[in-house]
Amino acid sequence: MKTRVIKLLKRLATLALFVPALAAASEEVHLDKAPVSTEQKNLQHGAKLFVNYCLNCHGASLVRYNQLQKIGLDEKTITENLLFTGDKVGDMMTVALNREDAEAWFGTVPPDLSVIARAKGADYLYTYLRGFYQDKDRATGWNNVAFASVGMPHALWDRQGVQTLEEVIGENGHKENRLVLAKPGTRSEDEYRQDVADLVSFLVWMGEPNADSRKTIGIFVLIFLAGFYVLTHKLGKNYWKDIH
Amino acid sequence: MAGNSNYPKYQSDGSRLGGLLEWFDARFPLTSLWKAHLSEYYAPKNFNFWYFFGSVALVVLVIQVVTGIFLTMSYKPDGNLNAAGIPGAFAAVEYIMRDVAGGWFIRNMHSTGASAFFIVVYLHMFRGMLYGSYRKPRELIWIFGVLIFLCLMAEAFMGYLLPWGQMSYWGAQVILNLFSAIPVIGPDLSVLARGDYVVSDTTLNRFFAFHVIAVPLVLIGLVVAHVLALHETGSNNPDGVEIKKFKDEKGIPLDGIPFHPYYTIGHDLPAIVIFLFFFFAVVFYWPEGGGYFLEANNFLPADPMKTPNHIAPVWYFTPFYSMLRAMVWNFFWVIPAKLWGVIAMGGGVVILAFLPWLDRSPVKSIRYRGPIFKTLLTIFVIGFLILGYLGAQVPEYCFFGLSWLPGAVIAQIFTFYYFLFFLTMPYWSKIDKCKPVPERVTFK
Repeated sequence: MKTRVIKLLKRLATLALFVPALAAASEEVHLDKAPVSTEQKNLQHGAKLFVNYCLNCHGASLVRYNQLQKIGLDEKTITENLLFTGDKVGDMMTVALNREDAEAWFGTVPPDLSVIARAKGADYLYTYLRGFYQDKDRATGWNNVAFASVGMPHALWDRQGVQTLEEVIGENGHKENRLVLAKPGTRSEDEYRQDVADLVSFLVWMGEPNADSRKTIGIFVLIFLAGFYVLTHKLGKNYWKDIH
Repeated sequence: MAGNSNYPKYQSDGSRLGGLLEWFDARFPLTSLWKAHLSEYYAPKNFNFWYFFGSVALVVLVIQVVTGIFLTMSYKPDGNLNAAGIPGAFAAVEYIMRDVAGGWFIRNMHSTGASAFFIVVYLHMFRGMLYGSYRKPRELIWIFGVLIFLCLMAEAFMGYLLPWGQMSYWGAQVILNLFSAIPVIGPDLSVLARGDYVVSDTTLNRFFAFHVIAVPLVLIGLVVAHVLALHETGSNNPDGVEIKKFKDEKGIPLDGIPFHPYYTIGHDLPAIVIFLFFFFAVVFYWPEGGGYFLEANNFLPADPMKTPNHIAPVWYFTPFYSMLRAMVWNFFWVIPAKLWGVIAMGGGVVILAFLPWLDRSPVKSIRYRGPIFKTLLTIFVIGFLILGYLGAQVPEYCFFGLSWLPGAVIAQIFTFYYFLFFLTMPYWSKIDKCKPVPERVTFK
């Protein structure tokens, strides 16, 4: 127990050294507004990208595969297209990557993405997934405008291509950094933007799969209460009519 | 008035149900309780908008207890990581949100209910300040109320640890560390409260025990005491006059009307429905409350290795958190700033209990109080709201980004004002120019 505490304190102390770096990294970054969609077509496309590109390293261990029925996929489609690792359709979307390996390779365990959209916000994810650029100083060769010194390499690089960060003179005459597509990927710029929009839409859906029924039921509850108020108000007035 | 035998026992009308009631009433003070607290409890007839919030607070208490019971059925206070590396408690909350039928509804009600409770209770307390409801003979009602407020803070603080997110974890860490500021016994007390050297699974389990049974038991007991004390003295009213002064030949106050049905159904029920309308509007369409009811960072699982850049308490604690942070100097070079901050934070709540004796005004209600009270109270409210706003911001925050409007200094000024308002009250409340108070209640 005692050694565990000492180990923990040591790790906390090392962490303290990085806190100023973290603070510097969190300087205000301009975030683009994410065009979040609730259309099944977009969510299904996002799910496909998520399973193919994200789920290799990131888990979504709080989500069951069969929850994807809520975005219009039937059990057969899910089993045939989205299950790779011999999972059953009622299983959680866990990842096969060993946590210790991940820590050795990336310096950190890739976070679980089940509720990432509720933690970080859609706009951040939309900016982040379009913000990777080539950086020779980084061990992975990648950096990100929304997350400086990011540990994750650009997973979608074959689709987006390779961006670099160039210093240009902006409209107001000031120097500013701008992302430039140095080598195109398999998707055009518009297609990639749509890819990311769909992926972010899926992450938002996954953050709260019941958000849809929440909004549908809510309106009936509020209409009922509004009607009930009229009744109780009239009843109350009736009771009070002889009080002066 | 509230005695068990002051009312005649129920006499059966000969029907089967009447017979049952007579049998029951002979063995239990059913009619007495009903009459003493509802149908023959006479409340002033001039209650206004501000008098809704006591009943509404009771409704919120019921919502919290009922939803809480259902949440307990699926929640697990487990701080250990599961196979996928997610803490059990965090996973349990998401299990409720996703896999438990209607779980998202129950959980959103409970999390919204926590914030609603504080909104309602703050308004209820402010009503007391407006109309002098804490003045003689209602001092004890007010003291029970302050104790309820303290219990509610403990309940909210411990409940907030249970989702085991980053803000749960680090918020608890910050507040529990405050114990260590207490001289001599502080550090040990801090460990005793946590049950460990850091906030851990042990802490989570004891907080769960306190949150689901210990504190609610005390809370409900205090609510009963609060209501019993109220029904002993009778309610105050917006005029701050005693309705018991003028009674008819049967001993019923001339300006009193039976609480039931005039206030229960006739007055409070429509207000409760309006409250529920706003409550469910948030539950269904705004459960995160703009990041104030459910904080974004609390959707990241608790990680003892990663301190968030900015740790802010939930909005209802922020005024008192501002008072804690305002103390940055070692007072008289002896009392360390941290201890001084803890004293300010705790004192900010405790000082409320002394209000009945600090206020020396000849009148109770703001309607008849003078300009000094009205001015100072307005500044007090604005200051309290600004303290609340600043408590949610980073310490370096400046208003409108202007470096000459530093939030830290403004928090210090209003913290100073907060205490000055109460401590100088015995003086200024006495010299204020009051208006004549009517004998009987008025409708406005």
